[in-house]
Amino acid sequence: MASTTTTRGPLAPAAPASGPNHQIAAVRVPASSLRGELRAVKIVWQRELIRFTKDRLRIVTSLVQPFLFLFVLGTGLSRLAGAGTHGVNLRTFVYPGVLCMSVMFIAIFSAASIVWDREFGFLREMMVAPVRRSSLVIGKCLGGATVAGFEGVILICMAGLVGVPYTPILILEIFALQLLVAFAITAFGVMAAARVKQMQSFMALTQMLIMPMYFLSGALFPVSGLPQWLTILNRIDPLTYAVDPMRRAVFAHLHISAAARLTLDPGVTWFGWHLPGLLEAGVVALLGLLMLSIAIFEFSRIE
Amino acid sequence: MSTPIVANGAVLEAAPDAAERATIVVRDLAKRYGDIEAVRGINFDVQPGEIFGFLGPNGAGKSTTISMLCTLVKPTGGYALVAGHDVLRDRDAVRRNIGLVFQDTTLDGYLSAEQNMRLHAELYGVPRDVVGRRMQQVLEMVGLWERRKSTVNTFSGGMKRRLEIARGLMHSPRVLFLDEPTVGLDPQTRSSIWTYIRELKVAEDITIFMSTHYMDEAEHCGRIAIIDKGLIVVLDTPAALKAAVGADRVQIHTADDSAAIVALKERFDITAQIAEGAVTFGVPAGEQFVPRLFAELGVPISAVSVSRPSLDDVFMSHTGSTIRDAEADGSDQLRTMARAFGRR
Repeated sequence: MASTTTTRGPLAPAAPASGPNHQIAAVRVPASSLRGELRAVKIVWQRELIRFTKDRLRIVTSLVQPFLFLFVLGTGLSRLAGAGTHGVNLRTFVYPGVLCMSVMFIAIFSAASIVWDREFGFLREMMVAPVRRSSLVIGKCLGGATVAGFEGVILICMAGLVGVPYTPILILEIFALQLLVAFAITAFGVMAAARVKQMQSFMALTQMLIMPMYFLSGALFPVSGLPQWLTILNRIDPLTYAVDPMRRAVFAHLHISAAARLTLDPGVTWFGWHLPGLLEAGVVALLGLLMLSIAIFEFSRIE
Repeated sequence: MSTPIVANGAVLEAAPDAAERATIVVRDLAKRYGDIEAVRGINFDVQPGEIFGFLGPNGAGKSTTISMLCTLVKPTGGYALVAGHDVLRDRDAVRRNIGLVFQDTTLDGYLSAEQNMRLHAELYGVPRDVVGRRMQQVLEMVGLWERRKSTVNTFSGGMKRRLEIARGLMHSPRVLFLDEPTVGLDPQTRSSIWTYIRELKVAEDITIFMSTHYMDEAEHCGRIAIIDKGLIVVLDTPAALKAAVGADRVQIHTADDSAAIVALKERFDITAQIAEGAVTFGVPAGEQFVPRLFAELGVPISAVSVSRPSLDDVFMSHTGSTIRDAEADGSDQLRTMARAFGRR
């Protein structure tokens, strides 16, 4: 926290507890204002960051899963898939998906802290404050997105290890996209946390949704030439629209054969029409905003 | 506001100007959860600078009432003004003017005391230039200034409660609500919390509204409203309430309690009842009465105790049971409901 720490000085300059008429006692809290709401957004956001930095174990453990997927699964399977990838490293192929996945998990965990806050009572402290619920929800979503985005940055740093080039434009694209995913998923989690009151239920619910979303999204396979049922499910899955543009960005910077590009990076189509990457990102952003609005609505209803 | 409410006659015919000055004005306030009437139309005023106590067994409607005054629960009937603002229509204005200390802790245990205070200051929009000084002032008041850098999870129950009181004062509220501020604390800590509350009363220009189900704590209040089954049964100063009881309280253990109750009625014209497992009744000058009792009752007595009127007796004289008995058979359902709704 940016500290405006008071100088400790000699203990109690004017013995505060004894004088009935000292001046600082008269703090006058200003009426609602945009500035006040922004302060609330900022402090809720800041709290997320403080809590994250205090939880070092979480920072480390959350890196385990992407490592497993990238290096263990990626390396192991590449021996099977060698022929099908036209010489492209399988780890490079799954990198965008794994990045999305780890960002997703962190984002969900951030949102889950609302459920903890409710169980431990802190939520009440926020809910009774004279600020709009929307400020609290927005602060929370931004906080979750920042924390998850930070995790994404760690993975971006590892890009070179899996054959993704460190081109500034590419890094920027990946960074922006993963931030978008982080925000949308946090909003989704916060929305769920408004209704689900117990940690176990929350975890069960999100796992039930997150895992299928991950597997259906094409994070681990190309999205063309799938059986029809899988194609339909894939196109419904919101995560598809985050993984695909990220993969396109990565592949645009790879020097590979046209055949490999066609097989591995076919792009998402709607009835044969290729969606532009920007539109895909727009779909994710729109869904994120929609879930944010629902979350705000839900929290405003809670007494 | 649509439900007609039977006004609770016993309370208040306050002069209009007194109501105008009052920090808290409550009229016909009611809350219903489905079929359960948690609060059934209550009326009272709290004057500026008072320590006003709400006393009653668990499930009597204390927490529900506090929650309504704090804008956490919407009343289903009547209205309430806190610091001049309507709790239903002017929610944020009420919130800016009140400090809250709940039964259960609402601190972030992973943050330090200082971080919790700053977070509160930001949420309540305390001007930046006074945050530091104000924090030092209130933390010193509760004796936690030296511990401000410590993580809250390392604090004892009493320290947490003190920190919450300090935090509730951070934005200089006009009313501080304390919902059972000492529940779950050991007696020593309870009394130290009371010391802090009294000190803060001197240091700050503040009105305190508190609820408790500890009789001995209610004595710290300027005035007490006794609430039972959702209604205020009586409201006055502790001294006046005790004086009104007038009698000493005598409890006897006998070989045959029902025979003893009959005998008391027949020979002394005293109506006794069983409370806390003993035959209990009130008589003026209890000590002088005991020798007569032994001589004339006709039922063997194994133990006797005589006590001066306490708030317990006040409670008993108005509700017909002691607060402990009321809790033992008080509606469990109501309590559960109140919790379920009150703690979201």
